Amino acid sequence: MGAAEAAGSALLTGVAGWLFVGFALLILGTAIAVVWSKNPVHSALFLLASFLLVACVFILEEAEFVGAVQILVYAGGIMVLFLFVIMLVHQRTAAGTPAFQHQWDIALLLLPVFLIPFLYILGTEKFTDIARNPDAFRAVAGRVIGNTEAVSWLMFRDYLLPFEVASVFLLVAMIGAVVLGKRSFEKVD
Amino acid sequence: MKILTPTFLTYVKVLLIVAVVPAIVGFVIVLAERRIMGFMQVRLGPNRVGPKGTLQGLADLLKLVTKEDVTPARAEKFVHFLAPVLAVIPALTALAVIPMGPSIRLARHVSTPLWVADINIGLLFLLAITSIGVYGIILGGWASNNKYSMLGGLRSAAQLVSYEVPMGLSLVAVLLMTRSLSLVEIVMRQDRMQLWFVFPGLLSFFLYFVSGVAETNRNPFDLPEAESELVSGFNTEYSGVKFAFFFLGEYAAMIIISCVAVTVFFGGWLPPFGHVKALSFLHIVPPFLWFLAKVGFFIFCYIWFRSTFPRYRFDQLMALGWKWMIPLSLVNIVIVALAILWTPGRTDGLVRLGWLFGALFLLMFFLAKLRQALARRDRLASEPAGTRQSALKA
Repeated sequence: MGAAEAAGSALLTGVAGWLFVGFALLILGTAIAVVWSKNPVHSALFLLASFLLVACVFILEEAEFVGAVQILVYAGGIMVLFLFVIMLVHQRTAAGTPAFQHQWDIALLLLPVFLIPFLYILGTEKFTDIARNPDAFRAVAGRVIGNTEAVSWLMFRDYLLPFEVASVFLLVAMIGAVVLGKRSFEKVD
Repeated sequence: MKILTPTFLTYVKVLLIVAVVPAIVGFVIVLAERRIMGFMQVRLGPNRVGPKGTLQGLADLLKLVTKEDVTPARAEKFVHFLAPVLAVIPALTALAVIPMGPSIRLARHVSTPLWVADINIGLLFLLAITSIGVYGIILGGWASNNKYSMLGGLRSAAQLVSYEVPMGLSLVAVLLMTRSLSLVEIVMRQDRMQLWFVFPGLLSFFLYFVSGVAETNRNPFDLPEAESELVSGFNTEYSGVKFAFFFLGEYAAMIIISCVAVTVFFGGWLPPFGHVKALSFLHIVPPFLWFLAKVGFFIFCYIWFRSTFPRYRFDQLMALGWKWMIPLSLVNIVIVALAILWTPGRTDGLVRLGWLFGALFLLMFFLAKLRQALARRDRLASEPAGTRQSALKA
């Protein structure tokens, strides 16, 4: 992935390129550690580290708005709720429990199903826009104004309808969770 | 003068922040807090170490450093060690984007601005970094292997996630006025508009500061460490330097909340009403001192709240956050947006909104005073004359 993008890209040459490789390896390492850890809290901490490193990669790619939102939403919000649930359930794994149980065979079968399309896209897509235009993430209609503005122009003008549809979906899911969570409507004040 | 390159000066500024802020916390804020609380509670406060107790910080430091570092028997050792570090580092990192003053001249042809970095996602960066600080408290509570610590950590998680929402939304209303996330640009715009955003953003400021008090776990929202129920909560099992780190983290977070309040709502380093001719003498005071004075005022408010407000109950805290603050902050965004659309391209709408908020504020203040006076008159009238006399004497 690093090689495909670094070829000809102004963003990922020199120090930035090496930083990207470092971050990418660390992301992979922490992601593996999430699955490998026996203690769910340790898994959650590795996942947190992985989210923060992904934010670093976004910032390295000059998509600083996406990086900050990644930290704010995933590291600051969602992971806190994850930890909250893990601590409420409070299941400390007993020593000797294997980290992987019986999903080995299914996982090995499914691996090519996901890997082959992924590698195909990586191999054929040239990422031309990014390679030729380092300001791809910060320009609106040819004018370089900044990542925050670029994202908001895309979100609230070009893709307003999909954005609103997605938020309605989330609202529906939220209402559904509230309805399922309530035992009966009479008891709740 | 080759040595004073911008990169070198940045390193110097980073070192200054990391070295000076803990010292200010230990020697100035903690002492001020204890003396002011002593004054408000009609007692003396620490007055033995050094003249008027000014060296109390040194005594506290020596005590904390020489204390035994206890780790509970079945605690998660590494996480127990990591938690205090996680509480401090985000708070100190966030200080990097706070603009404390315009450029100052160090030597001929060498001047440097009083901020480490002016990034164009400044405010968002602040929100993101400070939202990481909660992990110190949650993990400290969990790793201690203690029921009370655990409850403190869980309370803190719920509280911080809840109050981050109104805090973010109250700043969104200000972003409509600033059109920039850069904190330097926010101050500059207040200078150009000749208007501090606290006036059109009075409601925003109220929501922001109340959420800020909740975010820093301070009275009246200090439920994660409620000593009467949780024997000090998440930090029960911490002693010595690790405890000092939690302490430093809490106070550094207070400084951050105050700095953001000053920068976003109170014009940062600008003197009050600097464009008014009659008040131009205020420019004699250096900008950095204006900034410090304003931040100091907010730290004082924190201390003032602590010694005057009773603590909320946890369900009251959640009800306040979700049923009042979040709807109110959404309404506030609509109000500010309407004020901006009222006079497109100009700022008259915001000025008028400022006057409106100011008038409403004064009206509410006088109504509250009137109610207080009426209640007092009723209370005195309902008591027999004799008891009133004795009560007055006592």
